Amino acid sequence: MTLQLDARIPAGPIEDKWENHKFSVRLVNPANKRKFKILIVGSGLAGASAAASLAELGYDVEVFTFHDSARRAHSIAAQGGINAAKNYKNDGDSVFRLFYDTVKGGDYRSREANVYRLAHESLNIIDQATAQGVPFAREYGGLLDNRSFGGAQVARTFYARGQTGQQLLLGAYQALARQVADGSVKLHTRVEMLDVVIKEGRAVGIVTRDLVSGQVSNHSGHAIVLATGGYSNVFFLSTNAMACNVSAIWRAHRKGAGFANPCFTQIHPTCIPASDEFQSKLTLMSESLRNDGRIWVPARPGDDRPSGQIPKEERDYFLERMYPAFGNLVPRDVASRAVKRIVDEGKGVGPLHNGVYLDFHDAIERERRNVIEERYDNLFEMYERITDEDPYEVPMRIYPAPHYTMGGLWVDYNLMTTVPGLYAIGEANFSDHGANRLGASALMQGLADGYFVLPMTIGDYLAEFLNQAPVPTDDPVFDEARAGVEDRVERFLATRGSRTVDWFHKELGKIMLEYCGMSRSEPGLNKALSEIPALYEEFRADLRVLGTAGGLNQTLERAGRVEDFFELSQAMCLDALRREESCGGHFREEFQSDDGEALRRDDEFSHVSVWEWTGDPGQPQLNIEPLTFEAVKPSTRSYK
Amino acid sequence: MNITLQIWRQDGPDRPGGFKVYEVDGISAEMSFLEMLDALNERLANQGDEPVAFDHDCREGICGACGVMIDGQAHGPQLGTATCQLHMRKFENGATITVEPWRAAGFPLIKDLVVDRSAFDRIIEAGGYITVDTGSAPDANLTPVPKPVADTAFDAAACIGCGACVAACPNGAANLFTAAKISHLNLLPQGQAERWTRTENMVEVMEEYFGSCTNHGECEKACPKSISIDFIAMMNSDYLRAKLKNRRLVAQ
Ligand SMILES: Cc1cc2nc3c(=O)[nH]c(=O)nc-3n(C[C@H](O)[C@H](O)[C@H](O)COP(=O)(O)OP(=O)(O)OC[C@H]3O[C@@H](n4cnc5c(N)ncnc54)[C@H](O)[C@@H]3O)c2cc1C
Ligand code: FES
Repeated sequence: MTLQLDARIPAGPIEDKWENHKFSVRLVNPANKRKFKILIVGSGLAGASAAASLAELGYDVEVFTFHDSARRAHSIAAQGGINAAKNYKNDGDSVFRLFYDTVKGGDYRSREANVYRLAHESLNIIDQATAQGVPFAREYGGLLDNRSFGGAQVARTFYARGQTGQQLLLGAYQALARQVADGSVKLHTRVEMLDVVIKEGRAVGIVTRDLVSGQVSNHSGHAIVLATGGYSNVFFLSTNAMACNVSAIWRAHRKGAGFANPCFTQIHPTCIPASDEFQSKLTLMSESLRNDGRIWVPARPGDDRPSGQIPKEERDYFLERMYPAFGNLVPRDVASRAVKRIVDEGKGVGPLHNGVYLDFHDAIERERRNVIEERYDNLFEMYERITDEDPYEVPMRIYPAPHYTMGGLWVDYNLMTTVPGLYAIGEANFSDHGANRLGASALMQGLADGYFVLPMTIGDYLAEFLNQAPVPTDDPVFDEARAGVEDRVERFLATRGSRTVDWFHKELGKIMLEYCGMSRSEPGLNKALSEIPALYEEFRADLRVLGTAGGLNQTLERAGRVEDFFELSQAMCLDALRREESCGGHFREEFQSDDGEALRRDDEFSHVSVWEWTGDPGQPQLNIEPLTFEAVKPSTRSYK
Repeated sequence: MNITLQIWRQDGPDRPGGFKVYEVDGISAEMSFLEMLDALNERLANQGDEPVAFDHDCREGICGACGVMIDGQAHGPQLGTATCQLHMRKFENGATITVEPWRAAGFPLIKDLVVDRSAFDRIIEAGGYITVDTGSAPDANLTPVPKPVADTAFDAAACIGCGACVAACPNGAANLFTAAKISHLNLLPQGQAERWTRTENMVEVMEEYFGSCTNHGECEKACPKSISIDFIAMMNSDYLRAKLKNRRLVAQ
């Protein structure tokens, strides 16, 4: 172990840690804040909320996004909602219960102190967003409405029809736009960060490429924040937006930032099954649908009758059967594995037998159609557009798909990575979800990090550099990083091979889904670890990128992202191989109970695995942060 | 399916552009329009031609990144549908499909089907927000909002900022986009304090970049979120009132 993994968890009882910490961190006085330049990469929920809040405080902020506008980011696609322990429903919710549910939902692989803080800040997020004009759903009395969401027994999810992410992101984007107009934030759109610059062990800047002009440039700052999202697209087919990738955090990893729990990925149970080989992404059908939809398959394998002709007695409502207490609302990892098992038993439905039914018939009968319309109309419409089937008439077909990555850059309680001055927020870090993320808590985490945590904690690092100018961009460390970026771009163009980037990405995705997806085993992971380097060799020798570096070249952009996936995928498989237990989204076939449930091994694996770059993607160095639980005692998750 | 594509190719804003014709066979009716373009691009790359540049991201009709003119219609023939949600089953086997970028003075071309829509951001920066610093918000339930008001505000807020309204408008006007944001915020109690300055500032920046609205109504038909042109009427009336109010405020 060579990384310094001091999580800097504050002392005191769990309820007081954050308050104590806020009191003990060093502050930067208001007049001095403008002397500090902060570079933020990414303007999704985490990045936009951080940028707006830091600029409001007076810091000098620059934001970079490869999207054409900060109004677009993967965050915009979040459908279901955002959790907050407001207890507006008077159903027994509290900060402690949200904290407890999140730690348990994460299968006891997250850091208690961080999760408690998250639950605590959830209250402020709803207030902030509402004040910004985010149009959350309301009841007839004009107050905010809530619903319950996968894995929770209280109704604490705030939502804006099926477009919660869109509305929250627009709120943060508008707050950011106000700062841009004010001159407090400089925003660079269609600009991709391609490397982090380090001097004497600290992060001092970034190297970017302007995607329209092709111009490579250096930027320097006192601190760098990565808010660049998750890496589910390593599987090629996932619910993530097409541009999601690992490059920003992977480049940081190569420069010394520890990468935590790369194998902790989440497979979402309710996605539309693939229809053909040309499929470019999978579409999520919000988890909220499980509140009203009932999941079933024909009891007899190979029963190909249309759904309407299969009588109730000949159906297997398997989640309700296996988990009577939670039924269709079991957490995502549990539901996904159950669906996979059923389909593997030959009970899959649809033309390719690759799905299970999610049926609204009973709900429509019970609640009337217009109530269901009100709740889910845009989702039903989306489903019909894609499949040409009307879910008001026939049940939806769903199947699990890669969706979210709990793993990411290791950060301490201040959200700083193992590289001083380099921060990671939102899905890009590993902090709060352990081995499995509960529904409606990614939006909460991204916004807690951006609005409320980072603006508090970043001053503690900056205070040390008062009246020191950032490292100039003509310093040799910048030249070196920039030369590396330019050489890489040239290398892609010069390879002149015969296969396209997408071809390689699809092949890599197939390996990853097969061996490092919903279910993993030692022989499978070893197979992946022998196939990936071979495919990567081929990528290096036989890639074809046409066009030039001097302008918009979308293939060139993707080449770099896919190359980074080749390295990341090896870390994921190694991490999955070494973690000889099943927990949350990580299911090792060797570690299951007689009835197929996950077997966690707390004695050996109650820790965060933090991987350190050694120069060889197949041989990273392992570091460990032990996890201790004081407020919530680990137990076997049971949803029966 | 076999189709013929007529696609606008242009290397950059100052380079000459023109249509190129591509015969594409073996297209599945289940493909989305953008997956069909992916398939074309794979084939182009395999035969050594540079792929067609087009913007896209979420591929589920929510991010607003995609958008092309398909046979002269913004986002193509299906009502209330973004290009990425359009499926090839909506086209006949053997069809010839013309694909062009958004064409509007406010959206300069970057390459092929990609245009620069950053003028939309300038409009938002002019006042498309509610001023509330992080941490200063009161409890969310302190300000009830009647459900019908919240629902109408939501209908306006559903805009994805794709630019189809501008592309469909014979005048290249951005009134539907601007009205959607103004109405979203002006309808809510939280948005009242800045209502009149917001309206005046946003409308004026809009006019700097875009043409003027002459009530053709093409924007509403092209909008993938079917946002109603009633919001334009709301904006116009707020703009007139804003002019008066703001003048009165200055006079005080
Ligand atoms: C379909 C779907 C539905 C979801 N629904 C929910 C839900 O209901 N509730 C919930 O809580 N969560 C949900 N999630 C998860 C949640 O949306 C995401 O985890 C969250 O939005 C991530 O936000 P972020 O700010 O961390 O990253 P993102 O939104 O992914 O933003 C990343 C930003 O980084 C930029 N970027 C990335 N790399 C670079 C680079 N190299 N250079 C420059 N810029 C870069 C991008 O341009 C973008 O601005 C959903 C996810 C999906 C896929
Ligand atoms: S790609 Fe996002 S709306 Fe079409």
